[in-house]
Amino acid sequence: MLADFGYGILVVSFLVALYSVGAAIIGVWRKSAELVESARRAMLLTWPLISLSAASLITLLITNHFDISFVYEVTSRSMPTYLKITAWWGGQAGSLVFWSWLMSAFASLVTLRKWDRDREFLPWVIVVSGITIAFFLSMSIFFENPFARMWFDSSGNVVKAMVQPVGTTPVPLQPDGRGLNPLLRHPGMIIHPPMLYLGFVSFVIPYAFAMAALITGRTDDRWIRITRRWTLWAWLFLSCGLVLGSRWAYDVLGWGGFWGWDPVEIAALMPWLTGTAFLHSVMIQEKRGLLKHWNMILIILTYALVVFGTFLTRSGVLSSVHAFASSPIGPYFMAFVTITFVASIVLVIYRWPQLRSDTEMKSLLSREALFLLNNLLFMSVLVVCFWGVIFPLVSEFFTGQKVTVGPPFYQRATGPLFAGLMLLMGIAPLSAWGHSSLQSIGRALWKSALAALALIVLVFFTYTKNVIALIGFYLVALVIFVTLQEFWRATRARQRAQHENFFTSLARLTGRNRRRYGGYLIHLSMMLMAIGILGINLFQVQTQGTVPVDGKLNIQGYTVQYSSIAAFPGPDGRQVTRAVVNVYKNNQYLGQLYPRIDYYPDAQQTMTIPGERPTLSDDLYIILVDWQPASSNGATFKIYVNPLVNWLWIGAFIFIFGILIAAWPDKDPEYVPVVTHNKAHQPSSAD
Amino acid sequence: MTEINNAAPKRGVPLWVQITIWVSLVVLLAIVGFGLNRAQQGTVQPGDKIPDFTLPLYSGYEYQNQSNVKLSDLRGKVVVLNFWASWCKPCEQEASDLQSTWQTYDSSNQVVFLGTDYVDTEPQARIYLQKFGINYANGPDMGTQISQMFRIQGVPETYFIDRDGILRYVKIGPFTSADELKSQIEQLLQ
Amino acid sequence: MWMKKQLRIIAYVLTLLLVLAGLWVGSAKAQTPTPPTDDQVNAIARQLYCPVCENTPLDVCPTEACRQWRELIRQQLSEGWTDAQIKQYFVANYGARVLAEPPRSGLNWLIYILPPAFILLGVYILYRALRTWIKPSTAAPASSESDAKPLEDEYVAKFEEELRKRN
Repeated sequence: MLADFGYGILVVSFLVALYSVGAAIIGVWRKSAELVESARRAMLLTWPLISLSAASLITLLITNHFDISFVYEVTSRSMPTYLKITAWWGGQAGSLVFWSWLMSAFASLVTLRKWDRDREFLPWVIVVSGITIAFFLSMSIFFENPFARMWFDSSGNVVKAMVQPVGTTPVPLQPDGRGLNPLLRHPGMIIHPPMLYLGFVSFVIPYAFAMAALITGRTDDRWIRITRRWTLWAWLFLSCGLVLGSRWAYDVLGWGGFWGWDPVEIAALMPWLTGTAFLHSVMIQEKRGLLKHWNMILIILTYALVVFGTFLTRSGVLSSVHAFASSPIGPYFMAFVTITFVASIVLVIYRWPQLRSDTEMKSLLSREALFLLNNLLFMSVLVVCFWGVIFPLVSEFFTGQKVTVGPPFYQRATGPLFAGLMLLMGIAPLSAWGHSSLQSIGRALWKSALAALALIVLVFFTYTKNVIALIGFYLVALVIFVTLQEFWRATRARQRAQHENFFTSLARLTGRNRRRYGGYLIHLSMMLMAIGILGINLFQVQTQGTVPVDGKLNIQGYTVQYSSIAAFPGPDGRQVTRAVVNVYKNNQYLGQLYPRIDYYPDAQQTMTIPGERPTLSDDLYIILVDWQPASSNGATFKIYVNPLVNWLWIGAFIFIFGILIAAWPDKDPEYVPVVTHNKAHQPSSAD
Repeated sequence: MTEINNAAPKRGVPLWVQITIWVSLVVLLAIVGFGLNRAQQGTVQPGDKIPDFTLPLYSGYEYQNQSNVKLSDLRGKVVVLNFWASWCKPCEQEASDLQSTWQTYDSSNQVVFLGTDYVDTEPQARIYLQKFGINYANGPDMGTQISQMFRIQGVPETYFIDRDGILRYVKIGPFTSADELKSQIEQLLQ
Repeated sequence: MWMKKQLRIIAYVLTLLLVLAGLWVGSAKAQTPTPPTDDQVNAIARQLYCPVCENTPLDVCPTEACRQWRELIRQQLSEGWTDAQIKQYFVANYGARVLAEPPRSGLNWLIYILPPAFILLGVYILYRALRTWIKPSTAAPASSESDAKPLEDEYVAKFEEELRKRN
């Protein structure tokens, strides 16, 4: 009953979305404001409807309705309730509904804003979001229905459908479900997909506005000003999603790393790259009125990469640990991708003349020129990633040979590009809009450059002689010093003018110009993350060995002693084998760690959970390896020492904080009395 | 929106750029479409003609004293091509059935059993073969070329090729009984 | 008498030979290497990918098949195979996708060449763009002059027209 209700509501939402698209188009054609308003209301209605459907699905999930195919596939009796709820996005069918739910939430949110100034955009924003919602809903309705039941056909294969197909018999009610993939039963996995999907989905709104601008011919700044904050939030969610995914991979996969350059990971990274490029180049458009066409291309490219990446992940085209199994939605999704690309390209080409702006740049070192360089570097990273993901397909197409494009390729290609970006992060804040010369930048830069050099000399003698590390750390130090210098100078200038205490000045400074100082904080946090990334990539050491009880393994000053092992059943039906190890550093006892292996009999899968000891200087990471069964006679441990990696997570935390600051609206410009030398002037407002 | 004093002439996108963009898009979609097709295709299907291949054989598991066997040389006989691996648990379920069925057809000289070892290690493969007393021709699928040709989805899978080199039947998964295997072969012998 | 001496010499020589033989055998025994450590196996396995799983490095792959491959690597190491030989063996047996990067042959050169080519193309485009934009006052006013002039002339003409009408 509930399943039929849920499915029915889904169909109704689909029809409502289609109606809103149709009404908006006809409303524009017939110049009928009432029709457009009706379309807006219909769009508003989609979210409550899909929410009802989602609620039905969640109810089915938590009440063990194993007659429903999706519930059978992703839940089992032994799972705790909160995990059953998150199983909603634990499989293709449910996660498509989740996607539609998020998309309708954003579309509804957008239709709720004040449209008075931009009435001409409204119908087209509705059309674009409506078509997207309708598409995702149609995939759930026709191909991957989470409410479908299971039937046996004549040859014993399982067929999924709402209503019993001809010539089939119902599958008898299973006593228990298959259970969620054990890899997904982890707190990180609970929040990572929603965050990532939020990031993906929210890019549809800037895209819709860009399309609306192209269609209506209003190619001025308006669409960017409307969506600027929206894009920042989308970028925030996407960044969070990527960071959370990395943390999950580090904690749970047991590979000793956080990023594997897996094709699905890269598919999520690509929109982030163009999104970051967009956030920078949009500032050029606002400050100098340049690059309208490029910004349009960037936002379209970002959304196109979201759609393309989602298609690659969900259609089974890519070979990856993260990919969904091959699905019937493949060809249909590909049609959607094609339509999106074609429509966007046609519109951009059509409106290209209106997009050309009066581009006049005076200096190669001006901030806008450096931002262009920044864009070039991001696009280069994108090209490397895109080509690396596509190439296995190309190779198979032309030669039939399957190849893997793995980390060595990406690291070698993107390393120098990221280094270039870091260099820009150090120089660009010092260059001015409009004009900068080598001298002006040099004057502002030399102190930080020298200080960074001094630091690197110190690092050379105390820590490492590795050339790449030294260059990397130099750039990190340079950016940190330059950015702190910017904070310092501006705060001191304000302090002198306002006679405030340093921290009040700093707070007020940031409050008045959140985008700039939030941005600087983001740069600082990225440098902390860079420290972590350099540390683990360049200096990671590992060892593996089998030791009996009380046996020891040594690595880089740490001694790990095998103390005991225990096997016991876990709360949700898993079988846990847990080892206790004593950790010593330079013969000083540090504590105990508990690496373990969880075996899930329902899914027949094993998870290796490491014991970790994080410090600022490194992370001791111990895995219980099951090459041979572990017992008191001997257990095999694999130990990683990951230097500096915790700076990655610290940096990520500050990064989120920085984006929040940058995204929050500025306070109103304040009323500041200005006193000059000669006479008391009229007070004027200063920024 | 006309600026009088400072406008460079507003041109559209040059034709060669447009052509490049569209051609690149078509090529990209073609490649991705191919990948999608591949992912959805499944194994080769009955009725397909199987291109010729050469299977190198483990020493001790030769076919008529040859250390290689070519499919084209087997024309005129029914070929039972079985993909297996020593690390594959379901394969063990059918191993004895395969051997016993082979023994009934060995002397007839009308049927050839070929065991194709999929991404395996020779020592482990030999242990497996000895465990089940298998003595028909067996060899490694070097570079996964043969399994790619058949587009296998996993192991075990068995492919029945008739006397003219046409694929007649595909069995995904282990045989439930030796009779199932025999009936297929009988059909092809007619 | 000298027969006894010869016998003694022969005895000494034989003893010497026996001792030498013993040493030789003994040293051969001492040469039997210790089995390769897990670290040595991992060092190679890390550079390879599991032939059956999706995109999983061979040193972390938990399946039975991967366990066998790691044992194979261990055995090959104990026989003195080099890194390159082991990798070659894996490629020959399991295909090129066990390598972390496509082997540099044939079509695969594209993966190494195209990204730098595209990046250089991007640099070139940016360079051209900046050239046209940073040709500041010389180019733009000239063209805008010629553009503006006809429009200005139009207005001037209209203005004069109006003047004429009024006069």
